[in-house]
Amino acid sequence: MKMYVTSVLLLAATASFANCSGGDSTKAMKTNTAIIADADNAGLKLPSGFGALKVAENVGRARHLTVTPQGNVYVKSSKLVDGKGILEVKVNASGKGEVVKSFGTFTGTGITIKNGYLYACSDEQVFRYKLDANNGVINADAPEVVITGLINRRQHENKTVALDDAGNIYVNIGAFSNSCQEKDRSNGSKGMMPCPVLDSAGGIWKFKADKLNQTYGDGVRYATGLRNVVGLHWNTQTNSLFVMQHGRDQLYQNWPQFYDSLASAELPSECMFEVKQGSNCGWPYTYYNHLLGKKMVAPEYGGDGKKVSEDPAFQNPAAAYPGHMAPNDILFYTGNQFPEKYKNGAFIAFHGSWNRAPLPQKGYFVVFQPFKNGKPSGDWEIFADGFSGKEVVTSTRSAEHRPCGLSQGPDGSLYVSDDSKGTIYRILHSGK
Amino acid sequence: MKKVFLITALSVTALLCVVAQVKKPQPKVAVNNPAASIERGKAVYQKECLSCHQADGGGVPHLNPPLYESTNVVGDKKKIIAVVLRGMTDRVPIDGEYYSNNMAPHPELTNVQIADVLTFIRASWGNKASIVTPAEVQAVRGVKKK
Ligand code: HEC
Repeated sequence: MKMYVTSVLLLAATASFANCSGGDSTKAMKTNTAIIADADNAGLKLPSGFGALKVAENVGRARHLTVTPQGNVYVKSSKLVDGKGILEVKVNASGKGEVVKSFGTFTGTGITIKNGYLYACSDEQVFRYKLDANNGVINADAPEVVITGLINRRQHENKTVALDDAGNIYVNIGAFSNSCQEKDRSNGSKGMMPCPVLDSAGGIWKFKADKLNQTYGDGVRYATGLRNVVGLHWNTQTNSLFVMQHGRDQLYQNWPQFYDSLASAELPSECMFEVKQGSNCGWPYTYYNHLLGKKMVAPEYGGDGKKVSEDPAFQNPAAAYPGHMAPNDILFYTGNQFPEKYKNGAFIAFHGSWNRAPLPQKGYFVVFQPFKNGKPSGDWEIFADGFSGKEVVTSTRSAEHRPCGLSQGPDGSLYVSDDSKGTIYRILHSGK
Repeated sequence: MKKVFLITALSVTALLCVVAQVKKPQPKVAVNNPAASIERGKAVYQKECLSCHQADGGGVPHLNPPLYESTNVVGDKKKIIAVVLRGMTDRVPIDGEYYSNNMAPHPELTNVQIADVLTFIRASWGNKASIVTPAEVQAVRGVKKK
């Protein structure tokens, strides 16, 4: 058993919090905590020097999470627990926690803290709760509605949010379609031209963070051509938004004349995009092939598995990963606990594939993507593995845990949520 | 001239009828040999269904339903034949759970293929339900959706 002594030095300066997802409490505190990693590192395989513990288990169907400057955790559940969808986990000095409060009568995925508010998403709305000086929720039964009326047509219905430092909130609206076919997911069905889904979904919309009851007309479509984003994060170093796209499914099932089952298992790439106002990331017209390093024309739009897209309207990804691994969250590490190489790099939670047969399924891990000067630099590596509890995952249901959300604690620990069993993990570095 | 033409036309129609009749009762194959139907159904499953419902029939939590421990799969055949023919986007709970993917319609599969794949499913992963015949598939195919 390893002991991780993390000296938590929280200064009164708000500036030091600006970078962490935990918001900006101005309360000064200084604690010395001895956090003990679980004997089996919570079942995770980690690089040497790292340890992990299970902070809590059975915390609903834990989608995204956010850690307060006090070290407590708010979890958004996609299933109601006793009628409630937000669970507050209070964490004690040894790092173990339990649910002390639950509120919010809606299911959903996104949750984050910013400027004294807890923002939480249902599949149609974004709510916020005022926080007190200890980041406890004040109006648990009366949240304010920030955004309402967002499209939810069952597919890719999850909403998640990121906030910048200029008073804006960005919300993903997933496409209610696989590849904008006339008949969704049907063999040989053509793509609609232009794709009508993109008017109200398949992108990122930008709203004001502190204006209430906004809907489509009050916001702007910030980035389009994104089939389904679940993980998005405002990068405070580049001052820009990074998103992870889930690529389309069923190249082989719907287009066997162009793809075999192996190509369809590996393609298309799961992509990281750095998006700006007006970005178009290509869906449904193109997809990315990381094996060739090229944008390809989608088979629904005249592609044949070989036709490269040279259309400059469509942005290239910042980085690309093997197909179907389902990146459900991204976080830029700004803490001081982990070794220098992790600073300003990206952690990505891959929920794990269901769509890579006949190959084994892949993902079910947290990846580290090194960054240099605000750009991905060097190969990605698996940072935390073993969530599935299986050597080989052949069927999604057999995975014990599935990483879904990421948050950075005030001491620089990395928290990971699992939406299969509701486990909250905390990953620490020994300081050596 | 006219007569000859009429006779030829008639005999062609008659011939077509014979052909159609010969074609229709192929269910015999499946009825008489469920093992062969299951074997063929497995191949259809691997090509058309496995990606969503998975190799072990377990589906994908919250996305695609499992095909074992399902009331409908071992229940009314008409219902599941209709699911394969016409797809399913109902967003009704299946055995208490919601699934958010769309199940595409598969009208392009033949009656035999649909009978085979459903017979396979109903005999796999612990399911023990009766076979599905092409005639039963045709019966549902013939009924217009309300
Ligand atoms: C694109 C993914 C996908 C493919 C491919 C697919 N299914 Fe489905 N299937 C689903 C989804 C999703 C549902 C549930 C839809 C809903 O809840 O509205 C479903 C429902 C069903 C059901 C009803 C289950 C129940 O318990 O009521 C059956 C039976 C079924 N599928 C069989 C098949 C067969 C046979 C094939 C291959 C011919 C197939 N499916 C291909 C996604 C898929």
